[in-house]
Amino acid sequence: MKQDIVLAGVGGQGILTIAYIIDYAAQLSGLYFKQAEVHGMSQRGGAVQAHVRLSDKDIFSDLIPKGGADIILSVEPLESLRYIDFLSPEGKIVVSRNPYVNIPDYSDLDKVLGVVKQNKNHVIVDSKKLSKDAGSPKSQNMVMLGAGSLFMMLEEKLFLQSIKEFFKPKGKKIVDINIKAFHLGKEAAENSK
Amino acid sequence: MTKKLLLGDEAAALGAVHAGIAAGYSYPGTPASEVMEYLIKASKEGGFQANWCVNEKVAYEEALGVSFAGKRSMVSMKHVGLNVAADPFMNSSITRINGGLVVLVADDPGMHSSQNEQDTRYYAQFARTICLEPSSHQEAYDMTRKAFELSESFHIPVVIRMVTRLAHSRGQIAERTKREKNKSRRAASKDWTLLPVNARRRFSSLMEKQPMLVKFSQGSSFNSLTLNKEDKKLGIIASGIGFNYVMENIKDMSPAPSVLKISTYPLPESLIKELLDHVKNILIIEEGYPFIEQNIKGLFGIKGKKISGKLSGVLPITGELDPDLVRKALKLKPLKSQDSVKDWLPARPPQLCKGCPHIDTFKALKKALESYPEAVVFSDIGCYTLGALPPYYAVDTCVCMGASVSMSKGGSEAGIHPSIGVIGDSTFIHSGITPLLDAVSKDRDMTIIILDNSTVAMTGGQPSIATGEKLENIIRGLGVDLRHIRRIVPIKKNLEENAEVIKEEIEHPGLSVIIAFRACIYEAIKRKKEQKK
Repeated sequence: MKQDIVLAGVGGQGILTIAYIIDYAAQLSGLYFKQAEVHGMSQRGGAVQAHVRLSDKDIFSDLIPKGGADIILSVEPLESLRYIDFLSPEGKIVVSRNPYVNIPDYSDLDKVLGVVKQNKNHVIVDSKKLSKDAGSPKSQNMVMLGAGSLFMMLEEKLFLQSIKEFFKPKGKKIVDINIKAFHLGKEAAENSK
Repeated sequence: MTKKLLLGDEAAALGAVHAGIAAGYSYPGTPASEVMEYLIKASKEGGFQANWCVNEKVAYEEALGVSFAGKRSMVSMKHVGLNVAADPFMNSSITRINGGLVVLVADDPGMHSSQNEQDTRYYAQFARTICLEPSSHQEAYDMTRKAFELSESFHIPVVIRMVTRLAHSRGQIAERTKREKNKSRRAASKDWTLLPVNARRRFSSLMEKQPMLVKFSQGSSFNSLTLNKEDKKLGIIASGIGFNYVMENIKDMSPAPSVLKISTYPLPESLIKELLDHVKNILIIEEGYPFIEQNIKGLFGIKGKKISGKLSGVLPITGELDPDLVRKALKLKPLKSQDSVKDWLPARPPQLCKGCPHIDTFKALKKALESYPEAVVFSDIGCYTLGALPPYYAVDTCVCMGASVSMSKGGSEAGIHPSIGVIGDSTFIHSGITPLLDAVSKDRDMTIIILDNSTVAMTGGQPSIATGEKLENIIRGLGVDLRHIRRIVPIKKNLEENAEVIKEEIEHPGLSVIIAFRACIYEAIKRKKEQKK
């Protein structure tokens, strides 16, 4: 049993935080995992991606092959398409419907979401609204993780434990917001099925 | 024992901690920065020094001092950092390393965050030393530990070669028992005073060690050879991260090829020979330059054997490997996937952050240069290099650390006017001071703008060694005419005023230094939070 996940978004949206939280949940579960990311110049407001690989067997490559991803989870609609060729034909695509426009030639949103919808296993989430409902627009990444978690081979309680550990240094209020964001995202994904 | 969750960089750093280092030294640089960040966090409890240094050369030499004293030290840097530290590196292999000295270098194939993709294995060969190349987190940890032993038994610096994909990949490691630190044990002066009379003796000694290094490599358990006795068609030689991509795909190959995993250099000659004797075709899969391929192939190849890899063209000679490229080289069909839409998808390149002080400096600079169409802006390494991209198009060069200052002087001497250099505070401290001293000595007609954002921003906000008043004092101390050291504050409302200052200094027919002082917005936020606490 294995699961390969491509995480996508824009620098500053907390993609690497999602990655870390999945890693830690995987660590708690006892599964093997590897997770590749890129730091430095490529992070400054540019496209950011991370590859997360979960398996009950030893994993070799840190990168997912094209066509090998079971899930694309993107905090930004357009960014999900940048890696669409990594998604297996049966793969699931979970994206935020809220564009992050910091480029002059941003594509037509309907066209972008149209490609997402061509996948029969797609989930589109209003992460902006749900993050505000949770208490902070910064929690969009946890909304999306909640939505994506619906398809992941890790139990919910492990995600919650991981989120708690990660945000603990920032205080209880921040922990609660992020837990709520996770639940709202998961609920939204369940309802859209 | 529970496994630890670490980046590749952190796994290597923990290996050094458990090998009993007395000190770690570094200068920030992607993808190596996380080594020192980890060491700093671990240093208090571990009772060792962990310092960001002025530059990689200084970092290396500080580590050498530790080795002379008989204690273990690690110096870490990105690949191009070793260019800066090449002088102490090359010479240290001639000394008789005393306390173990490990040089961790992180290469950046594909240039995610670098200006070239040089391969550190050549440096290790150049210095006639050992290089270990991990392909997993566990190996990054184990090899770093082992590297200290090797350094002490052969009395040479030992290189660990990482690449971005491992440095910035998170995985698990099992820890081993921590070793005690070395006691002080001073080295012999004659082995460290590289006067020709000593250096000749030491160099001979290094050369005499070479067969022993090969012997170590041949016997190392980090290498493995799996021969398929039933099939002699294909043998694969894979190293580092390339090995992972082979193993990712090998389950789909039939018959299975023989595989030699190489993790140690100098090359394990006997293992290569054993594989060569067994198979007809050799495919070499290595991240970076075709180092192994070139070494095995030589100029004329091997009669009766087909050797392929990056040189033969089955893998690209530039850029980073990935599982798909390796799959193709293994002649396997690609996995079924969805169609790419890259043909109409706009790119999203990295850019300066909203509110970044560099934006305001570049705007003022552009405004000042409106009346100087011949101006050249020599730039440097840092966030501000992004000023080369739209909408700014504000800089003309980015070559290496400190080059903005020296190139401005050269440009000025070749008749360029205005000849402008822009450099960040940390880059200036790293490699800008000496060329500025050179410019002072001739009072060249050039204008240097120091973008002082009081942090090493690009690599994640490490502390800058001299910023603000300290930085200005250094510039004064170098002898720059005090009337032509100017300060500006790069904020929106100062645009006109700042452009005017830049223009005035361009008109001054000698050297000027303008300090544009405002903290990186992330640094400013961080400081505000710290004040609240």
